[in-house]
Amino acid sequence: MKYNWNWSVLFEPQYFDWIISGTLWTLYLSIAASLIAFFLGSLIGIFRTLDNKILNSIGTIYVEIFRNIPLLLQMFIWYFVFPELVPENFGNWLKQDLPNPEFSSALLCLGTYTASRVAEQVRSGINSVSNGVGSAGYATGLTTYQLYVYILLPIAYRIIIPPLTSEFLTVFKNSSLALTIGLLELTARSNMIMDWTFQGFEAFTAATVIYVSITMMVTLIMQKIESKSKIPGFIREKA
Amino acid sequence: MIKNFDFDVITGSIPFLWKGLQVSFYLTFLALVGGIVFGTLLALMRISNIKFLKYFSMTYVNFLRSMPLILVIFWFFFLIPVIIGRPIGGFYSAVIAFTMFEAAYYSEIIRAGLLSVSSNQISAARATGLSYSQSMIYVILPQAFRNMVPILLTQAVVLFQDTSLVYVVSLRDFMTASSIVAQSQSRLVEMYLFAALVYFSICFAFSFMIKRIQNRKVTT
Repeated sequence: MKYNWNWSVLFEPQYFDWIISGTLWTLYLSIAASLIAFFLGSLIGIFRTLDNKILNSIGTIYVEIFRNIPLLLQMFIWYFVFPELVPENFGNWLKQDLPNPEFSSALLCLGTYTASRVAEQVRSGINSVSNGVGSAGYATGLTTYQLYVYILLPIAYRIIIPPLTSEFLTVFKNSSLALTIGLLELTARSNMIMDWTFQGFEAFTAATVIYVSITMMVTLIMQKIESKSKIPGFIREKA
Repeated sequence: MIKNFDFDVITGSIPFLWKGLQVSFYLTFLALVGGIVFGTLLALMRISNIKFLKYFSMTYVNFLRSMPLILVIFWFFFLIPVIIGRPIGGFYSAVIAFTMFEAAYYSEIIRAGLLSVSSNQISAARATGLSYSQSMIYVILPQAFRNMVPILLTQAVVLFQDTSLVYVVSLRDFMTASSIVAQSQSRLVEMYLFAALVYFSICFAFSFMIKRIQNRKVTT
């Protein structure tokens, strides 16, 4: 094994800036996509638990479509195909005037894809609240809307904090797919440093360390939130 | 829109795309087998009493699971030639990268499967005179794997979709082949929608089958 180590390459201003801006793009994209995924996913997840055949099937179809197509292909479809399928004026606007089209496409792609996964978690969270709670809610005169907003969702969200956390960490990792449509996020930047300097070991180590430390940080924060938001009796205490 | 679709692009490149699809299947199969074998080892290390093995497995799994797959692919495509001194070709580099990556996910599934077998079984096996490794191989693992079949298969569908990421190193799987046709014929819309349809049909059919297997197990 022959390799010329040169860790200082990471601290040359140009490459250091690449790493920082790559990290920031990764963070912007993951946070924004998580927000879309959370709201859209909650809506779809609720659809799947309602007593309404049409909303039910909308939810099921949504989840099946997004789950069974590779994310990379979804990325290409949002970026290359979507602007061609919408009405021409809107398509031209998307192609020519929209600032930073790579970011917007990647955001839509990751947001809608992750929503399908969040939906499954929300659904299982709502279903795991015992039926008696729902009946009790109706018996006190709450409407379905009130029942979800005041009773079911607050309980369900607390139950699904751990799986939701791992979904958000998945978005964070999946954001690297945006490099295929030209967004220069962290993985893309580390690969560029490798191409320019041939110091692949250093470049990929830098990216790895950043991914791993952010993952660890988020995990710790979410564990704190989980233990703070526990409702005794509803969430299994850890043995 | 739809009336401008040119489906000849697709029919004309079927042989090329089929070759790509075979690469995808083959890569999925090898990575699946490799991932399960290596994942089982990691899971056994994780539940063993030897501290070093336990922590090695824990670190490996947590590390790999907090990295994006694309970065792992880049790592292995860069590392393999540096370590063994010569390139071994894109396909085998991809097999190694996917095996190492999937093993981390499989090991968690397999560990849960191992823990689902009651610990009395080990004591019983040991009492009949089997060694630790014999009781694992003949008693615990077969039962654990039977419980895990649906989850392992579901993960195989995920793996099949993940193999599309070899696009980043230009290995010609179905995804890359579709993209080559799309770019060279300037027919991105048709090709990508077609590719989506193919992936969807395969994954949907397979997931449906898995559900059938699962239901049958419940009823018997």
